[in-house]
Amino acid sequence: MSYIVESLAQILGRSPRRPSKAELSPAVARIYEEKKLHKMTREEFEKIQAAHAVSRKRHTWRNRRWLTLLAVNLLFVVSYYFDVQMLEGALTASRFVGFHMADLNSALQVMLAYKHMVLNLIIGTTTVLVLWLLLGGRTFCSWVCPYHLVSELTEKIHLWLVQKKWIKNHSFHRGVRTVFYVAFALLALVTGYTVFETLSPTGILSRALIYGPGVALVWVGLLLLFEIFVSRRAWCRYVCPIGVTYGIVGTLSPLRIRYNVVDCHHEGDCRKVCLVPHVLDMTIRGRSPEVNMDIGADCTRCGLCVDICPTGSLKFEIKGLKKIL
Amino acid sequence: MAEPNHKPKKSLARRQKDRREFLRTTAFAAGVISISLLGLVPAVNGRTKRLRPPGALEEQQFLAACIKCGQCVQVCPVEAIELADIFDGAGIGTPFITARAQACDFSCDGLQCVLACPTGALTHEINYPAESRMGLAELVDESICLAVQGQGFKGVARGKAFPGKLRFEEVDRWNPIRLADHPFDLELCDLCVRLCPIEIRIAQCEAGKPPSGDRNQCPPKHAIELRPLDDSDGKARKPVILDGCVGCGVCEMVCPTQPAAITIDYHRTVDTTKGEA
Repeated sequence: MSYIVESLAQILGRSPRRPSKAELSPAVARIYEEKKLHKMTREEFEKIQAAHAVSRKRHTWRNRRWLTLLAVNLLFVVSYYFDVQMLEGALTASRFVGFHMADLNSALQVMLAYKHMVLNLIIGTTTVLVLWLLLGGRTFCSWVCPYHLVSELTEKIHLWLVQKKWIKNHSFHRGVRTVFYVAFALLALVTGYTVFETLSPTGILSRALIYGPGVALVWVGLLLLFEIFVSRRAWCRYVCPIGVTYGIVGTLSPLRIRYNVVDCHHEGDCRKVCLVPHVLDMTIRGRSPEVNMDIGADCTRCGLCVDICPTGSLKFEIKGLKKIL
Repeated sequence: MAEPNHKPKKSLARRQKDRREFLRTTAFAAGVISISLLGLVPAVNGRTKRLRPPGALEEQQFLAACIKCGQCVQVCPVEAIELADIFDGAGIGTPFITARAQACDFSCDGLQCVLACPTGALTHEINYPAESRMGLAELVDESICLAVQGQGFKGVARGKAFPGKLRFEEVDRWNPIRLADHPFDLELCDLCVRLCPIEIRIAQCEAGKPPSGDRNQCPPKHAIELRPLDDSDGKARKPVILDGCVGCGVCEMVCPTQPAAITIDYHRTVDTTKGEA
């Protein structure tokens, strides 16, 4: 229960709750004590880092994810071009071998604007809801959304510029995403037009891939420029309501990243690569109230932290699977 | 035990940083919201700027309901539907038809685009071509119409390079062919009547062969006919739009004059404007 509440609070923009010393479980308190007594030397740590840097596994999840993302998006393209009718439509709504699928946020916008629901949309929305309930909610963002991939690539330019000290990253208050969520919902409800759908780089890119490029791509380009020169991953972090919708679904999903405090060196590499670093707040020394903690639902399950962690302290986890097996 | 007040007072630097972030965030929010209001332009405009596919709801409703997925585009056998870009003024990602380039000729018989629409923006309440109300044909320039001039037509309508397709039942029921591959030799040009999908269906029904063997496919009313001109007894005729016209745009597409003598007015349908007969 507290996982759901804490996840929702973080999705809406609250900073992660920091446990007081009294809230740490005895087991985790002992581990922190132990770490204080036996501090790792710099050489020892660098050795571990160096070993991980050449490890074959350091891009495992990223590669799987990019492959999946490309496969899903190309399936749309291939279905149309070769008329094989596997996955027809675009990311906003489609049919997978005949079964209706509808993006939850697009469906929500249409329902608010149109104020009717036809059976196809109910079927499509339910199918997709169940799918992402099982697969982790914001998993959609990092494993399917084409804008995520493009943005992930241009992020490298941004980080390079920051490292060169040519530009500075400007952060915003994460709560602004909730403001946008409400604003887009109200705009749809009041004006009867799905305003967000005209702006959504997810929809624009998906349609551009399938039906051919258009001037609308200029808007996507401007967003990317903003992310490169002004604010790192700004659209995904501070604006996109799709992330909020899937984030809420993800609070009930069994698929999560799990943190184990025992081997963690608290060096923070995971937080540096993360799209939503607030979910990894517990990896800071002294902030994990339990030995094992599930990462909050704002997490996109992209696996970058799993890849970069030199000690395997972050892992994919299906909650309750061990009990069943 | 009373909860001791843990909150340490924030340092001045910290407060200034928070303040800057707040201001930055406010500016950011204002910027994004202003840009999104630009997205409202097609909705405020209200009137459709384009011919919508069969079954499209009234424009305001249509804009509300369309989820911009393009499934209608994918199922159309003549590829009549395309999705709007930013400057088409019809709402990014919404479907429209440019009749002069490629009209909807109902080759699919079953209104595939309507069936494919996941949200009912193309209403599921219609089942047959004759029930759709896309617009209304109009003879916009009588003076250039070949029939009005009493002229025939020989060759391919719209020229050899024209890529538009139509289904000709007698050629291939399943595969539409290019209009450029189907030459005509007519005493009097009657392409707009001859190729009208509604008129073709009526003729098939009268011959006892309704489309897809389904009598429900038979249109109840004629859509267009050629009438003798009042002041002449020669062979000149004038195309007259009737109550069965659905505004599919085939007449506009096939009209051999340049520009087309007959076009679709997509602000009107036979329900809003009664035909001349």
